[in-house]
Amino acid sequence: MSTVAIIGAGVAGIEAAHVLASNGIKVKLFEKGASALKNIQDKAFLFPNFQSAQEIVTELSAKLLSDNIETFYETEIINLGNSQNSWVLTDKSGHEYVAQAVLVSTGYKVFDASRKEELGYGIYKGVITSLDMENMIRYDKIVNAVNSQPRNIVFLQCVGSRDEKVGNHYCSKLCCVTAVKQAIEVKKRLPQCQVSVFYMDLRMWGQGFEEMYRQAQEQYKINFVRGRISESASTFDGRLQIKSEDTLLGLPLKMTADLLVLMVGMEPSTGTTDLGKKCNICGEYGFIESLNPHIADNKTAIEGLYVAGTAKRPMTVQDCINDGRSAAVTIQDSLRTKNQSSNAD
Amino acid sequence: MKDFGFAIEKPRALDTDKTNRELYTRLLKREPSFARCFQCGMCSATCSARNFTDYNIRRIHTLFRQGQTQELDQMLKACMLCGKCTLVCPRGVNLRHLIIQMRKLLNND
Repeated sequence: MSTVAIIGAGVAGIEAAHVLASNGIKVKLFEKGASALKNIQDKAFLFPNFQSAQEIVTELSAKLLSDNIETFYETEIINLGNSQNSWVLTDKSGHEYVAQAVLVSTGYKVFDASRKEELGYGIYKGVITSLDMENMIRYDKIVNAVNSQPRNIVFLQCVGSRDEKVGNHYCSKLCCVTAVKQAIEVKKRLPQCQVSVFYMDLRMWGQGFEEMYRQAQEQYKINFVRGRISESASTFDGRLQIKSEDTLLGLPLKMTADLLVLMVGMEPSTGTTDLGKKCNICGEYGFIESLNPHIADNKTAIEGLYVAGTAKRPMTVQDCINDGRSAAVTIQDSLRTKNQSSNAD
Repeated sequence: MKDFGFAIEKPRALDTDKTNRELYTRLLKREPSFARCFQCGMCSATCSARNFTDYNIRRIHTLFRQGQTQELDQMLKACMLCGKCTLVCPRGVNLRHLIIQMRKLLNND
Protein backbone atom coordinates (compact mmCIF):
# COMPACT_ATOMS: atom_id res chain seq x y z
CA MET A 1 0.00 0.00 0.00
CA SER A 2 1.37 3.38 -1.03
CA THR A 3 1.52 6.40 1.22
CA VAL A 4 1.51 9.98 -0.04
CA ALA A 5 2.77 12.80 2.13
CA ILE A 6 1.12 16.18 1.61
CA ILE A 7 2.79 19.25 3.03
CA GLY A 8 0.32 22.04 3.78
CA ALA A 9 -3.34 21.63 4.74
CA GLY A 10 -4.76 24.41 2.63
CA VAL A 11 -7.35 24.23 -0.10
CA ALA A 12 -5.18 22.39 -2.65
CA GLY A 13 -3.65 20.03 -0.07
CA ILE A 14 -6.96 18.98 1.41
CA GLU A 15 -8.62 18.46 -1.96
CA ALA A 16 -5.69 16.31 -3.10
CA ALA A 17 -5.78 14.34 0.18
CA HIS A 18 -9.49 13.72 -0.25
CA VAL A 19 -9.19 12.43 -3.83
CA LEU A 20 -6.24 10.18 -2.97
CA ALA A 21 -7.93 8.83 0.17
CA SER A 22 -11.18 8.02 -1.58
CA ASN A 23 -9.15 6.00 -4.08
CA GLY A 24 -7.67 3.89 -1.30
CA ILE A 25 -4.32 5.60 -0.95
CA LYS A 26 -2.99 6.42 2.52
CA VAL A 27 -2.30 10.10 3.09
CA LYS A 28 -0.18 11.80 5.70
CA LEU A 29 -1.16 15.45 5.78
CA PHE A 30 1.26 17.84 7.49
CA GLU A 31 0.31 21.32 8.65
CA LYS A 32 2.66 23.83 10.20
CA GLY A 33 -0.14 25.70 11.98
CA ALA A 34 -2.58 24.57 14.63
CA SER A 35 -5.49 24.27 12.20
CA ALA A 36 -6.18 23.70 8.53
CA LEU A 37 -7.29 26.20 5.89
CA LYS A 38 -5.70 29.20 7.56
CA ASN A 39 -5.73 31.49 4.50
CA ILE A 40 -9.33 30.92 3.49
CA GLN A 41 -10.53 31.24 7.12
CA ASP A 42 -9.69 34.94 6.86
CA LYS A 43 -12.10 35.52 3.99
CA ALA A 44 -15.71 36.66 4.17
CA PHE A 45 -17.22 35.97 0.76
CA LEU A 46 -15.75 34.51 -2.38
CA PHE A 47 -16.10 35.82 -5.92
CA PRO A 48 -17.82 35.40 -8.31
CA ASN A 49 -20.92 34.09 -6.53
CA PHE A 50 -20.50 35.81 -3.13
CA GLN A 51 -20.54 32.43 -1.43
CA SER A 52 -19.57 32.49 2.22
CA ALA A 53 -15.96 31.38 2.69
CA GLN A 54 -16.99 29.62 5.90
CA GLU A 55 -19.20 27.30 3.87
CA ILE A 56 -16.20 26.26 1.80
CA VAL A 57 -14.20 25.77 5.00
CA THR A 58 -16.92 23.46 6.38
CA GLU A 59 -17.11 21.50 3.11
CA LEU A 60 -13.36 21.08 2.84
CA SER A 61 -12.87 20.26 6.54
CA ALA A 62 -15.41 17.45 6.22
CA LYS A 63 -13.23 15.94 3.51
CA LEU A 64 -10.53 15.30 6.09
CA LEU A 65 -12.73 12.79 7.89
CA SER A 66 -11.40 9.70 6.20
CA ASP A 67 -9.74 6.60 7.61
CA ASN A 68 -7.08 6.96 4.95
CA ILE A 69 -6.05 10.46 6.02
CA GLU A 70 -3.79 11.00 8.98
CA THR A 71 -3.35 14.67 9.85
CA PHE A 72 -0.38 16.10 11.73
CA TYR A 73 -0.89 19.65 13.00
CA GLU A 74 1.88 21.90 14.28
CA THR A 75 4.26 19.73 12.32
CA GLU A 76 6.61 21.68 10.13
CA ILE A 77 8.49 19.59 7.60
CA ILE A 78 11.96 21.04 7.29
CA ASN A 79 13.74 18.39 5.32
CA LEU A 80 13.01 15.99 2.50
CA GLY A 81 15.20 13.12 1.38
CA ASN A 82 14.81 10.47 -1.28
CA SER A 83 16.21 6.98 -0.75
CA GLN A 84 15.33 3.73 -2.50
CA ASN A 85 12.10 4.82 -4.11
CA SER A 86 10.72 6.36 -0.98
CA TRP A 87 10.81 9.74 0.65
CA VAL A 88 11.83 10.52 4.18
CA LEU A 89 10.36 13.68 5.66
CA THR A 90 11.82 15.22 8.78
CA ASP A 91 9.91 17.65 10.98
CA LYS A 92 11.27 20.31 13.32
CA SER A 93 11.50 18.02 16.32
CA GLY A 94 13.41 15.40 14.33
CA HIS A 95 10.61 12.90 13.73
CA GLU A 96 10.81 11.06 10.46
CA TYR A 97 7.95 10.00 8.19
CA VAL A 98 8.12 7.75 5.15
CA ALA A 99 6.09 8.12 1.96
CA GLN A 100 6.22 6.98 -1.67
CA ALA A 101 5.38 10.38 -3.07
CA VAL A 102 5.34 13.95 -1.71
CA LEU A 103 2.99 16.73 -2.66
CA VAL A 104 4.10 20.25 -1.81
CA SER A 105 1.09 22.50 -1.23
CA THR A 106 2.72 25.00 1.08
CA GLY A 107 0.84 27.97 -0.29
CA TYR A 108 1.32 31.72 -0.30
CA LYS A 109 1.55 34.72 1.98
CA VAL A 110 0.30 38.21 1.22
CA PHE A 111 2.71 40.95 0.26
CA ASP A 112 3.89 43.02 3.23
CA ALA A 113 2.36 46.41 2.40
CA SER A 114 4.67 48.33 4.74
CA ARG A 115 7.39 47.77 2.15
CA LYS A 116 5.63 50.39 0.03
CA GLU A 117 6.31 53.08 2.58
CA GLU A 118 4.99 55.93 0.44
CA LEU A 119 1.48 54.46 0.66
CA GLY A 120 1.50 54.77 4.44
CA TYR A 121 0.59 51.28 5.63
CA GLY A 122 1.65 50.94 9.26
CA ILE A 123 2.05 54.73 9.45
CA TYR A 124 -1.52 56.03 9.03
CA LYS A 125 -4.38 54.13 10.63
CA GLY A 126 -6.63 54.73 7.65
CA VAL A 127 -4.38 52.76 5.34
CA ILE A 128 -5.35 49.08 5.41
CA THR A 129 -4.82 46.00 3.27
CA SER A 130 -7.39 43.98 1.34
CA LEU A 131 -7.08 41.37 4.09
CA ASP A 132 -8.07 43.93 6.76
CA MET A 133 -11.00 44.95 4.58
CA GLU A 134 -12.08 41.33 4.22
CA ASN A 135 -12.19 41.13 8.01
CA MET A 136 -14.18 44.36 8.27
CA ILE A 137 -16.71 42.90 5.83
CA ARG A 138 -16.78 39.56 7.61
CA TYR A 139 -17.56 41.10 11.00
CA ASP A 140 -19.68 43.85 9.47
CA LYS A 141 -17.57 46.60 11.00
CA ILE A 142 -16.32 48.91 8.27
CA VAL A 143 -14.83 51.87 10.13
CA ASN A 144 -12.28 54.61 9.51
CA ALA A 145 -9.22 55.52 11.58
CA VAL A 146 -11.34 57.00 14.38
CA ASN A 147 -13.88 54.16 14.49
CA SER A 148 -16.69 56.02 12.77
CA GLN A 149 -18.45 55.44 9.50
CA PRO A 150 -16.28 56.20 6.46
CA ARG A 151 -17.56 58.58 3.80
CA ASN A 152 -15.04 57.81 1.10
CA ILE A 153 -13.17 54.55 0.54
CA VAL A 154 -10.42 54.16 -2.05
CA PHE A 155 -9.11 50.84 -3.35
CA LEU A 156 -5.67 50.70 -4.95
CA GLN A 157 -4.69 47.81 -7.22
CA CYS A 158 -1.29 46.20 -7.80
CA VAL A 159 0.33 46.74 -4.39
CA GLY A 160 3.33 44.42 -4.43
CA SER A 161 2.45 43.13 -7.89
CA ARG A 162 3.64 44.44 -11.25
CA ASP A 163 6.21 46.47 -9.37
CA GLU A 164 9.89 46.35 -10.12
CA LYS A 165 10.67 48.37 -6.99
CA VAL A 166 9.70 45.42 -4.78
CA GLY A 167 11.07 42.81 -7.18
CA ASN A 168 7.72 41.37 -8.24
CA HIS A 169 7.19 41.66 -11.97
CA TYR A 170 4.24 39.28 -12.03
CA CYS A 171 0.52 39.98 -11.81
CA SER A 172 -1.15 38.41 -8.77
CA LYS A 173 -4.17 37.74 -10.92
CA LEU A 174 -6.97 37.88 -8.37
CA CYS A 175 -6.68 41.35 -6.78
CA CYS A 176 -8.61 42.98 -9.64
CA VAL A 177 -11.73 40.97 -9.06
CA THR A 178 -11.24 41.01 -5.27
CA ALA A 179 -11.36 44.83 -5.28
CA VAL A 180 -14.55 44.78 -7.33
CA LYS A 181 -16.03 42.22 -4.93
CA GLN A 182 -15.04 44.20 -1.83
CA ALA A 183 -16.25 47.48 -3.36
CA ILE A 184 -19.65 45.88 -3.91
CA GLU A 185 -19.67 44.45 -0.38
CA VAL A 186 -18.91 47.91 1.03
CA LYS A 187 -21.68 49.51 -1.00
CA LYS A 188 -24.16 46.86 0.16
CA ARG A 189 -23.44 47.82 3.76
CA LEU A 190 -22.81 51.55 3.35
CA PRO A 191 -24.86 52.78 0.38
CA GLN A 192 -24.00 56.43 1.12
CA CYS A 193 -20.26 55.83 1.07
CA GLN A 194 -18.34 56.90 -2.00
CA VAL A 195 -16.17 54.07 -3.33
CA SER A 196 -13.38 54.43 -5.89
CA VAL A 197 -11.06 51.85 -7.42
CA PHE A 198 -7.69 52.99 -8.82
CA TYR A 199 -6.44 50.58 -11.45
CA MET A 200 -4.00 50.33 -14.31
CA ASP A 201 -5.69 47.45 -16.10
CA LEU A 202 -8.76 45.66 -14.82
CA ARG A 203 -8.18 42.03 -15.64
CA MET A 204 -11.57 40.37 -15.46
CA TRP A 205 -10.38 37.05 -16.77
CA GLY A 206 -12.68 34.52 -15.09
CA GLN A 207 -16.22 33.42 -15.62
CA GLY A 208 -18.60 35.93 -14.07
CA PHE A 209 -15.87 38.50 -13.32
CA GLU A 210 -16.73 40.90 -16.14
CA GLU A 211 -20.37 40.73 -15.09
CA MET A 212 -19.36 41.69 -11.54
CA TYR A 213 -17.45 44.67 -12.91
CA ARG A 214 -20.49 45.71 -14.91
CA GLN A 215 -22.69 45.33 -11.83
CA ALA A 216 -20.22 47.44 -9.81
CA GLN A 217 -20.50 50.25 -12.34
CA GLU A 218 -24.19 50.06 -13.07
CA GLN A 219 -25.86 49.02 -9.85
CA TYR A 220 -23.40 50.18 -7.21
CA LYS A 221 -22.06 53.30 -8.95
CA ILE A 222 -18.47 52.54 -8.05
CA ASN A 223 -16.02 55.07 -9.41
CA PHE A 224 -13.22 53.51 -11.48
CA VAL A 225 -10.17 55.72 -12.02
CA ARG A 226 -7.31 54.73 -14.30
CA GLY A 227 -4.15 55.65 -12.44
CA ARG A 228 -1.78 54.41 -9.80
CA ILE A 229 -1.62 56.20 -6.46
CA SER A 230 1.88 57.49 -5.84
CA GLU A 231 1.59 58.51 -2.19
CA SER A 232 -0.75 59.14 0.72
CA ALA A 233 -0.52 61.68 3.53
CA SER A 234 -2.53 62.44 6.64
CA THR A 235 -4.80 65.50 6.74
CA PHE A 236 -5.20 67.68 9.86
CA ASP A 237 -8.48 65.94 10.73
CA GLY A 238 -7.07 62.43 10.53
CA ARG A 239 -8.24 61.59 7.04
CA LEU A 240 -6.00 60.70 4.13
CA GLN A 241 -5.01 62.64 1.09
CA ILE A 242 -3.95 60.60 -1.89
CA LYS A 243 -2.18 61.69 -5.04
CA SER A 244 -2.51 60.10 -8.43
CA GLU A 245 -3.00 60.94 -12.06
CA ASP A 246 -6.21 60.36 -13.94
CA THR A 247 -4.29 58.97 -16.88
CA LEU A 248 -7.31 58.99 -19.16
CA LEU A 249 -7.74 62.72 -18.64
CA GLY A 250 -4.05 63.41 -18.33
CA LEU A 251 -4.62 65.46 -15.19
CA PRO A 252 -3.16 65.14 -11.71
CA LEU A 253 -5.68 64.17 -9.10
CA LYS A 254 -6.04 64.58 -5.33
CA MET A 255 -8.66 62.86 -3.24
CA THR A 256 -9.47 62.90 0.45
CA ALA A 257 -10.41 59.49 1.75
CA ASP A 258 -11.20 57.81 5.07
CA LEU A 259 -9.82 54.45 4.11
CA LEU A 260 -7.18 53.52 1.57
CA VAL A 261 -7.40 49.80 0.86
CA LEU A 262 -4.20 48.35 -0.61
CA MET A 263 -4.89 45.29 -2.77
CA VAL A 264 -1.89 43.25 -1.69
CA GLY A 265 -0.58 40.61 -4.04
CA MET A 266 0.46 37.03 -3.37
CA GLU A 267 4.00 35.95 -2.59
CA PRO A 268 5.24 32.41 -1.90
CA SER A 269 5.00 31.49 1.79
CA THR A 270 8.28 31.06 3.65
CA GLY A 271 7.60 27.31 3.74
CA THR A 272 7.25 27.27 -0.04
CA THR A 273 10.52 29.12 -0.62
CA ASP A 274 12.43 27.08 1.99
CA LEU A 275 11.32 23.68 0.67
CA GLY A 276 11.75 24.85 -2.91
CA LYS A 277 15.33 25.86 -2.28
CA LYS A 278 16.12 22.71 -0.31
CA CYS A 279 14.82 20.46 -3.07
CA ASN A 280 16.09 22.58 -5.95
CA ILE A 281 12.65 23.13 -7.45
CA CYS A 282 12.51 26.85 -6.82
CA GLY A 283 11.41 28.93 -9.78
CA GLU A 284 11.00 32.65 -10.23
CA TYR A 285 10.19 34.83 -7.21
CA GLY A 286 10.52 31.84 -4.88
CA PHE A 287 7.45 30.01 -6.16
CA ILE A 288 7.92 26.32 -6.97
CA GLU A 289 8.41 25.58 -10.63
CA SER A 290 6.37 22.85 -12.26
CA LEU A 291 7.94 20.61 -14.89
CA ASN A 292 5.81 21.97 -17.70
CA PRO A 293 2.99 24.49 -17.42
CA HIS A 294 0.84 22.66 -19.98
CA ILE A 295 1.36 18.95 -19.73
CA ALA A 296 3.07 18.34 -16.37
CA ASP A 297 1.91 21.18 -14.19
CA ASN A 298 1.76 19.10 -11.00
CA LYS A 299 5.13 17.43 -11.50
CA THR A 300 8.44 18.96 -10.57
CA ALA A 301 11.93 18.36 -11.95
CA ILE A 302 12.34 15.71 -9.25
CA GLU A 303 10.55 12.39 -9.64
CA GLY A 304 8.12 11.61 -6.87
CA LEU A 305 7.89 15.24 -5.81
CA TYR A 306 4.71 17.06 -6.84
CA VAL A 307 3.31 20.54 -6.43
CA ALA A 308 -0.20 22.01 -6.20
CA GLY A 309 -1.91 25.30 -5.44
CA THR A 310 -0.47 28.69 -4.63
CA ALA A 311 2.97 27.26 -3.90
CA LYS A 312 3.26 27.39 -7.67
CA ARG A 313 1.78 30.77 -8.57
CA PRO A 314 -1.09 33.04 -7.53
CA MET A 315 -4.38 31.18 -7.78
CA THR A 316 -8.01 31.55 -6.81
CA VAL A 317 -9.81 29.10 -4.51
CA GLN A 318 -11.47 27.61 -7.58
CA ASP A 319 -8.09 27.06 -9.22
CA CYS A 320 -6.65 25.53 -6.05
CA ILE A 321 -9.42 22.97 -5.74
CA ASN A 322 -8.97 21.95 -9.36
CA ASP A 323 -5.21 21.90 -9.03
CA GLY A 324 -5.36 19.75 -5.89
CA ARG A 325 -7.53 17.22 -7.71
CA SER A 326 -5.31 17.25 -10.72
CA ALA A 327 -2.26 16.65 -8.52
CA ALA A 328 -3.99 13.67 -6.88
CA VAL A 329 -4.71 12.10 -10.27
CA THR A 330 -1.13 12.70 -11.43
CA ILE A 331 0.27 11.09 -8.30
CA GLN A 332 -2.09 8.13 -8.56
CA ASP A 333 -1.08 7.51 -12.17
CA SER A 334 2.60 7.62 -11.31
CA LEU A 335 2.19 5.29 -8.33
CA ARG A 336 0.23 2.81 -10.44
CA THR A 337 2.91 2.80 -13.16
CA LYS A 338 5.59 2.37 -10.53
CA ASN A 339 3.79 -0.55 -8.84
CA GLN A 340 3.16 -2.24 -12.17
CA SER A 341 6.80 -2.05 -13.18
CA SER A 342 7.97 -3.33 -9.79
CA ASN A 343 5.49 -6.23 -10.03
CA ALA A 344 6.83 -7.05 -13.49
CA ASP A 345 10.32 -7.25 -12.02
CA MET B 1 -14.52 81.52 -55.84
CA LYS B 2 -16.73 83.25 -53.34
CA ASP B 3 -15.37 83.21 -49.82
CA PHE B 4 -18.05 81.95 -47.43
CA GLY B 5 -15.85 82.29 -44.38
CA PHE B 6 -15.53 78.54 -43.91
CA ALA B 7 -12.52 76.34 -44.47
CA ILE B 8 -11.76 72.63 -44.16
CA GLU B 9 -9.43 71.99 -41.27
CA LYS B 10 -6.50 69.67 -41.57
CA PRO B 11 -7.37 66.15 -40.40
CA ARG B 12 -6.57 65.77 -36.72
CA ALA B 13 -6.30 61.99 -36.59
CA LEU B 14 -2.86 60.48 -36.10
CA ASP B 15 -1.80 59.08 -39.41
CA THR B 16 0.40 56.24 -38.20
CA ASP B 17 1.32 55.32 -41.78
CA LYS B 18 3.24 58.57 -41.98
CA THR B 19 4.61 58.63 -38.44
CA ASN B 20 8.32 59.23 -38.28
CA ARG B 21 9.67 56.94 -35.58
CA GLU B 22 13.31 57.69 -36.14
CA LEU B 23 13.74 59.77 -32.99
CA TYR B 24 11.87 57.18 -30.94
CA THR B 25 14.12 54.40 -32.20
CA ARG B 26 17.19 56.43 -31.35
CA LEU B 27 15.82 57.25 -27.91
CA LEU B 28 15.20 53.56 -27.22
CA LYS B 29 18.83 52.82 -28.01
CA ARG B 30 19.97 55.44 -25.51
CA GLU B 31 17.49 54.42 -22.80
CA PRO B 32 16.03 50.92 -23.46
CA SER B 33 13.96 50.94 -20.24
CA PHE B 34 11.61 53.41 -22.00
CA ALA B 35 9.99 50.46 -23.81
CA ARG B 36 8.69 49.08 -20.51
CA CYS B 37 6.30 51.95 -19.65
CA PHE B 38 2.74 50.73 -19.03
CA GLN B 39 1.16 54.15 -18.58
CA CYS B 40 0.26 53.92 -14.89
CA GLY B 41 0.84 57.63 -14.34
CA MET B 42 2.80 57.36 -11.09
CA CYS B 43 5.53 59.57 -12.61
CA SER B 44 3.16 62.39 -13.41
CA ALA B 45 1.28 61.93 -10.12
CA THR B 46 4.42 62.54 -8.10
CA CYS B 47 5.95 65.17 -10.42
CA SER B 48 6.79 68.53 -8.78
CA ALA B 49 6.42 70.46 -12.03
CA ARG B 50 3.10 68.81 -12.84
CA ASN B 51 1.11 70.46 -10.10
CA PHE B 52 1.66 73.97 -11.38
CA THR B 53 2.19 73.64 -15.12
CA ASP B 54 0.87 71.65 -18.07
CA TYR B 55 3.96 69.47 -17.92
CA ASN B 56 2.94 65.81 -18.10
CA ILE B 57 5.82 63.41 -18.47
CA ARG B 58 3.58 60.40 -19.14
CA ARG B 59 1.90 62.25 -22.00
CA ILE B 60 5.27 63.37 -23.34
CA HIS B 61 6.32 59.70 -23.46
CA THR B 62 3.27 58.82 -25.49
CA LEU B 63 3.69 61.76 -27.86
CA PHE B 64 7.32 60.83 -28.38
CA ARG B 65 6.37 57.24 -29.12
CA GLN B 66 3.82 58.39 -31.69
CA GLY B 67 6.34 60.67 -33.36
CA GLN B 68 4.50 63.84 -32.29
CA THR B 69 7.66 65.66 -31.28
CA GLN B 70 6.97 69.19 -32.59
CA GLU B 71 6.24 70.89 -29.25
CA LEU B 72 8.07 68.58 -26.90
CA ASP B 73 11.27 70.58 -26.59
CA GLN B 74 9.34 73.50 -25.18
CA MET B 75 7.32 71.25 -22.85
CA LEU B 76 10.39 69.47 -21.50
CA LYS B 77 11.82 72.77 -20.26
CA ALA B 78 9.47 72.60 -17.26
CA CYS B 79 11.29 69.58 -15.84
CA MET B 80 13.71 70.40 -13.02
CA LEU B 81 15.31 66.95 -13.10
CA CYS B 82 14.46 66.25 -9.47
CA GLY B 83 14.14 62.53 -10.27
CA LYS B 84 11.08 61.70 -8.16
CA CYS B 85 9.51 60.04 -11.22
CA THR B 86 12.48 57.68 -11.45
CA LEU B 87 12.10 56.78 -7.78
CA VAL B 88 8.44 55.80 -8.03
CA CYS B 89 8.32 54.10 -11.43
CA PRO B 90 7.08 50.51 -10.91
CA ARG B 91 8.58 49.38 -14.19
CA GLY B 92 12.01 50.72 -13.38
CA VAL B 93 12.16 53.23 -16.24
CA ASN B 94 15.11 55.60 -15.81
CA LEU B 95 13.02 58.70 -16.44
CA ARG B 96 15.61 61.23 -15.43
CA HIS B 97 18.08 59.94 -17.98
CA LEU B 98 15.28 59.59 -20.49
CA ILE B 99 14.35 63.26 -20.19
CA ILE B 100 17.94 64.37 -20.63
CA GLN B 101 18.23 62.19 -23.73
CA MET B 102 14.92 63.49 -25.11
CA ARG B 103 16.17 67.05 -24.77
CA LYS B 104 19.42 66.17 -26.51
CA LEU B 105 17.73 64.34 -29.37
CA LEU B 106 15.26 67.15 -29.93
CA ASN B 107 18.20 69.51 -30.20
CA ASN B 108 20.02 67.30 -32.69
CA ASP B 109 22.58 66.19 -30.16
